[in-house]
Amino acid sequence: MNLPRTWAIFRKEVIHVRRDPFSLAMIILLPVILMLLYGYALTFDIKHVTLAVYDREQSQLSQDLIKHFQGTEYFSLVQIARSYEELQNLIATRQAQVGLIIPYDFSWQDQTGKTAKIQALVDGTDSNTANIVLGYIQGVTTPYAEKLLVQRLQAQGPARQDSPVDTQLRFWFNEDLESRNYIVPGLIAVIMTVVGALLTSLTVVRELERGSMEGLMATPLKKTELLLGKLGPYFIIGMFDMLIVMAMGKFLFQVPLRGSSFLLLALSALFLIATLGMGLLISVGAENQLQAYQMAMLITFLPAFLLSGFVFAIYLMPLPLQLVSFLVPARYVVTISKGIYLKGIGLKVLWPSALMLAAAAVFFVGLAIRKFEKKIK
Amino acid sequence: MLRRLRHIMHKEFIQVWRDRKLRFFLIVPPLVQLIAYGYVINFDIKHVATAVFDESCTMESRDLIKRFCSTDWFEVKYYLNSRKELLDLIDHDRITMAVWVQWDFAKQLRQGKSGKIQVIVDATDSNAALIVSRYASTVIGDYSQEQLQARFQRQGAQWAGKRSTPLILEPRAWFNPNLISRYSMVPGVIAMVVLLQSLMLTALAVVREKEIGTLEQILVTPIRPLELMLGKTIPFVLISLGNVVLVTIVGVLWFEVPFRGNILVLLLGTCAFLFNSVGLGLLISTISSTQQQAMMAGNLFLTPAILLCGLIFPIANMPIFFQYLTLLNPLRYFIIVSQGIFLKGAGLALLWKEMVSMTALGLIMLALAVLRFRRHVA
Repeated sequence: MNLPRTWAIFRKEVIHVRRDPFSLAMIILLPVILMLLYGYALTFDIKHVTLAVYDREQSQLSQDLIKHFQGTEYFSLVQIARSYEELQNLIATRQAQVGLIIPYDFSWQDQTGKTAKIQALVDGTDSNTANIVLGYIQGVTTPYAEKLLVQRLQAQGPARQDSPVDTQLRFWFNEDLESRNYIVPGLIAVIMTVVGALLTSLTVVRELERGSMEGLMATPLKKTELLLGKLGPYFIIGMFDMLIVMAMGKFLFQVPLRGSSFLLLALSALFLIATLGMGLLISVGAENQLQAYQMAMLITFLPAFLLSGFVFAIYLMPLPLQLVSFLVPARYVVTISKGIYLKGIGLKVLWPSALMLAAAAVFFVGLAIRKFEKKIK
Repeated sequence: MLRRLRHIMHKEFIQVWRDRKLRFFLIVPPLVQLIAYGYVINFDIKHVATAVFDESCTMESRDLIKRFCSTDWFEVKYYLNSRKELLDLIDHDRITMAVWVQWDFAKQLRQGKSGKIQVIVDATDSNAALIVSRYASTVIGDYSQEQLQARFQRQGAQWAGKRSTPLILEPRAWFNPNLISRYSMVPGVIAMVVLLQSLMLTALAVVREKEIGTLEQILVTPIRPLELMLGKTIPFVLISLGNVVLVTIVGVLWFEVPFRGNILVLLLGTCAFLFNSVGLGLLISTISSTQQQAMMAGNLFLTPAILLCGLIFPIANMPIFFQYLTLLNPLRYFIIVSQGIFLKGAGLALLWKEMVSMTALGLIMLALAVLRFRRHVA
């Protein structure tokens, strides 16, 4: 490998990037937009679930239960329905996310020590929200049921009664359960994939499609020099984006960075090389830019978005997909970045993931160089 | 005019079909996306890796732990003897949750006081952590109620032995009674797939000719700009409609999602939606001169469109500003239409608002594209 020749290709590629300020602006804008969207708009933390109640009893007890719902920040009561049809209508028109039906014999059942049935209606079309909402309702009714039981018990016996179990919930590493604290570290993987793989997947095939590759092949350039020189500028852009993401995370969203930022940078550089290698491999294999784009979306972006554990927990996936996720480099960088950001752990724990990233980097870049043929078809 | 249009369409079909790899890419990515999203986006918690640290080692604590073992939600993998082990396991991502029963748990319980339990959840993934903690609370809550009942019995209460809890919750989820994630994801993914395919194909088809230089050749022929535009887009509209049918069939046969509505209504909705994606594709092709630029511009639109459509992240959770922004997102409407047709069996009577919104947005987009196309391309 000859350094000056690699340098020449590097400079040529820099000129390509510079001459296209539109793409360059997009590449810098994209992480910013993603960060803003995820940081401000996208969360699973549902608060203020709109609640409608059809209270068929209207007793002191049923009012008390409704008050318990209003007392949490999770529900906001939008309407008291006067009939079942009205409740149905409120849900169908999406004015209320959940409808609660309190039976006419609620107090009576309680006084005679029987079980009252409370119905909760949700629109299952959006099953995830429905699931979370039903969980919230359970979170109100379960303690309430226990409270009623204790009251019954107190009415019987003289002694003060405590709840048998006192559960203390501890959320480690992300005490306030902020969505953005786990999304921002994971976003690094997605942004780097978009920037790295999409851009490099075009670099070689573009020259092929435009016909300028012939000129390059007539030079004494070795293929290693050509490909590595082409990767250089994109590596710098990728790392620059990484710095933007880290800075926005720190100053705008106050995501705690508990581990070493140097280690984070070093390991994400490794991931970037792996991603660039994947892009390069695609570029070498594709016949035109459209194909390259489709392939890059399919084999780099989609797995990085879905199978990396960035938003969607890996252990909830079916087993075959869990196994596939081991082949996705983004998975390791998400583990690393969440570990460094939130848990503050270092290489002592993270070395297997780091090793996998290094292996992926060598593998993809090596394969791309091997597959590239310096001749005209 | 029709004859010229036919020729352009013919040329476009040949170009797509001749390219063996592209042919592959017309069919495979939609299916892969469908399968990936259908399986991955799943908030039904099962088999959460759990560790138990039982300092009490009594009948009561074992009884509680048995409850964790016997649900589908948790998989008790480790029994620990020290706090250090716990730290180690959580650092290595081996467990997501740990249940720590304090040493005086049973003693407190027998005295009628509260026995202490700590539930430690790795909240690195805050969303899953929330769901996991809720399930843990349910398990412990059930146990707690049973203990209360037992106390009841010991004190010879009037209702002893009936074992009745004061209230139970009967959840009813309409249209998707078992709340299966796939049922809502698959119709939504169909909408997404249509967007991804039609937008990029249209944008790149025009820009590619620009970049390679063949557009000039077309422009010197008697073909008018409008015919060129129609000829370029109609093939992709047809391909997209075909894709909808294909993906719907896979969704129904493979994922067993119920299809309760009318396929014609779905196709009509797709057409209304395609105005948007094709219009946008053309618009992008007028502002970019290379395929790379078109891709970057496309991504810049696609990413927010997909994230702000309500399929993955509920719109109701967003700040007000973003909630209004989603009103401009055609994908938002198309997802409601598609889910409505699949799950609710909805017809035009219920969906006309979304249909009209999509068509209106789409026509604006197309008009913009036509104006710019005339000026900048032709």
